Amino acid sequence: MPIHRNAGADTLALHAGQTPDPVHRSRATPIHFTTSYVFEDSEQAAALFNQERAGHVYSRISNPTNAVLEERIAALDGGVGAIACASGQAALMLAITTLMGQGGHIVASRSLYGGSHNLLGYTLPRFGIHTTFVPAGDHQAWRDAIRPETRLLFGESIGNPGLEVLDIPAISAIAHDARVPLLVDATLVTPSLQCPIDLGADLVMHSATKYLGGHGVAIGGLLVDGGSFDWEGSGGNFPTLTEPYDGFHGMDFTEESSIAAFLLRARREGLRDFGACLSPMNAFQILQGMETLGLRMERHVANARQLVAHLVKHPLVESVSWPELDSHPDHPLAARLLPKGCGGVFSFSLKGGRKGGTAFIEGLRLFSHLANVGDAKSLAIHPASTTHFRMSPEALLAAGITEGTIRLSTGLETAADLIEDLDRGLYAAQKATA
Amino acid sequence: MKPSLSPYHYTGGRKTEAGRPTILFIHGAGHDHSVWTLQSRHFASHGWNVIAPDLPGHGRSAGPQLGSIEALADWIIDFASGLNLGPVALAGHSMGSLIALEAAARAPQMVSYLMLIGSVAPMPVAAPLLDATLSNRDKAHAMINQWSYAPRAQLGASSIPGMNLTALNERLMQRQAAGVLHQDMAACNAYTGGFDAAARVSCPSLLLSAALDRMTPPKATTPLAAAFPATTNLRKVVIPGAGHAMMSEAPGAVLDALWNFVGAFPSSAQEP
Repeated sequence: MPIHRNAGADTLALHAGQTPDPVHRSRATPIHFTTSYVFEDSEQAAALFNQERAGHVYSRISNPTNAVLEERIAALDGGVGAIACASGQAALMLAITTLMGQGGHIVASRSLYGGSHNLLGYTLPRFGIHTTFVPAGDHQAWRDAIRPETRLLFGESIGNPGLEVLDIPAISAIAHDARVPLLVDATLVTPSLQCPIDLGADLVMHSATKYLGGHGVAIGGLLVDGGSFDWEGSGGNFPTLTEPYDGFHGMDFTEESSIAAFLLRARREGLRDFGACLSPMNAFQILQGMETLGLRMERHVANARQLVAHLVKHPLVESVSWPELDSHPDHPLAARLLPKGCGGVFSFSLKGGRKGGTAFIEGLRLFSHLANVGDAKSLAIHPASTTHFRMSPEALLAAGITEGTIRLSTGLETAADLIEDLDRGLYAAQKATA
Repeated sequence: MKPSLSPYHYTGGRKTEAGRPTILFIHGAGHDHSVWTLQSRHFASHGWNVIAPDLPGHGRSAGPQLGSIEALADWIIDFASGLNLGPVALAGHSMGSLIALEAAARAPQMVSYLMLIGSVAPMPVAAPLLDATLSNRDKAHAMINQWSYAPRAQLGASSIPGMNLTALNERLMQRQAAGVLHQDMAACNAYTGGFDAAARVSCPSLLLSAALDRMTPPKATTPLAAAFPATTNLRKVVIPGAGHAMMSEAPGAVLDALWNFVGAFPSSAQEP
């Protein structure tokens, strides 16, 4: 059941988590550039360490600026709380290590950001945590992949690279039947377009580096807990949350907090020991971006719609992949789960293959050629010559990419200028392949 | 949630020991022991036995749920007696405060101190809210949050870093079985014995309110305070900037108020 919001999303994006500083009356969120906090006395110090009093001890574990960001994303996403991390990857790692150790198993969508795929497919097996990848839309494959040692289901709201839409209500039902939580990476949608917890997800992560910040100046990640998963009702599958932890006063986290046990353990162990905390400067910058999140996402979607409308009619374009298009296999799902729009990232395939793709990229002037998405500025990349350059044409096809595939992240520029720039690139591709 | 056949109680992370003073925390409607975490851990690590039960049918405690404040007070008296830890300091929040008040009146020999937090008597529940607890739980939870938190927390700000307090409260109420919140609210609404109970309380007592509480506003505590015998040592404390959910909105101020209250009496003073 979704959490009731006490204000609209645009209001929360501006105010949630922050009240004016009571000492100096600062309206903007102050940047608390400090590693540590002076104890009032020995008694208060001991109370903070024993979790008898709330407050800050050391900025690796919590920081007042970061707390505003955490409370803001939690309010927007309908979560009971959040933890700010050094990056989206750090947020994913924190979620996984809070839930499982060696022997743990994850079922994940095959349509993932490459960094997440690397972590799950190559790095975590070294630590005894294995992942079975399944097609995002194949519900039976999700069910079949669940094992007794499965501790997490994971997918992206809109997947990479084919922009597959995750059927969150259906996948969360599969997860809950197996008494396992569902974690959704909502980076490409943000709470402006979709709140996965409202649709049944238990945990949400964001690479705040992307749309949440929007400016492309700060790396950061956020992990949000919906507070609805019953860790104790999962047959002892989550001992990190339901059994005493010698590393923190013998605390049984579900006993301590019936609802927020996950966040308690993630902060008290994960941030403390793994240390992938967010700089308060980055938290401040991401907060600045979030203040205009609603406005920006509307513009990203509006611009993407104009660019897609132009490209689908262009003779040099073989196909355009975007869930808002009737031709996308997940179009009905997108209409149901993403009614406000599918964000600003989409891909299209040029008829000119690898050579045409390279020429297109080099012909662009406004679009920046780089490996990122979700910036205020428009971005473009040709996967076959960059992120996926080692792959054969056959392997590319298996990953849903052709040699002529271009991925665009639509920015906030004037749409006519972006269309003119696309035409410039398309002309260059045509010349190169003529 | 893991059910327990015997009543579950939280001990603040420490084992109880005979010979120590004991404080028993009673949660409010639709809640469980976890609302007391910060305060109870402090008492437990400073020489007190902490007992924070989940009332019958709440949290980890099996039912059946009890349908009146009087029945819950009798249950608390039996439960406290069964601990064999001697007289207890009773601290109750909202509905829990009425249970504590009635228990202190019924079994004065069992109660060393009485701490009523977010308390008024009578405690009428607005008809639209009482109806909603039965017909539309989601709406009831939203109404409770609207009236229980100060504006700061309504907009997601929290004294507990990174937490969204209203969402936390909503999930805790959702976690209880259907009907639990309604029966709790109905018990509060039906309870008329507050003044009579207060008149029979002789132990040192505290009325702890929050300045921005819209459920049990500080000024509404006046009639209840007046009902205590003039000879009873009664203190009133108002916490600024917080609402009815003051244990999470202002956890430090609530702890200070409780700790300073019991510490003011030589028999309970505990050195860390």
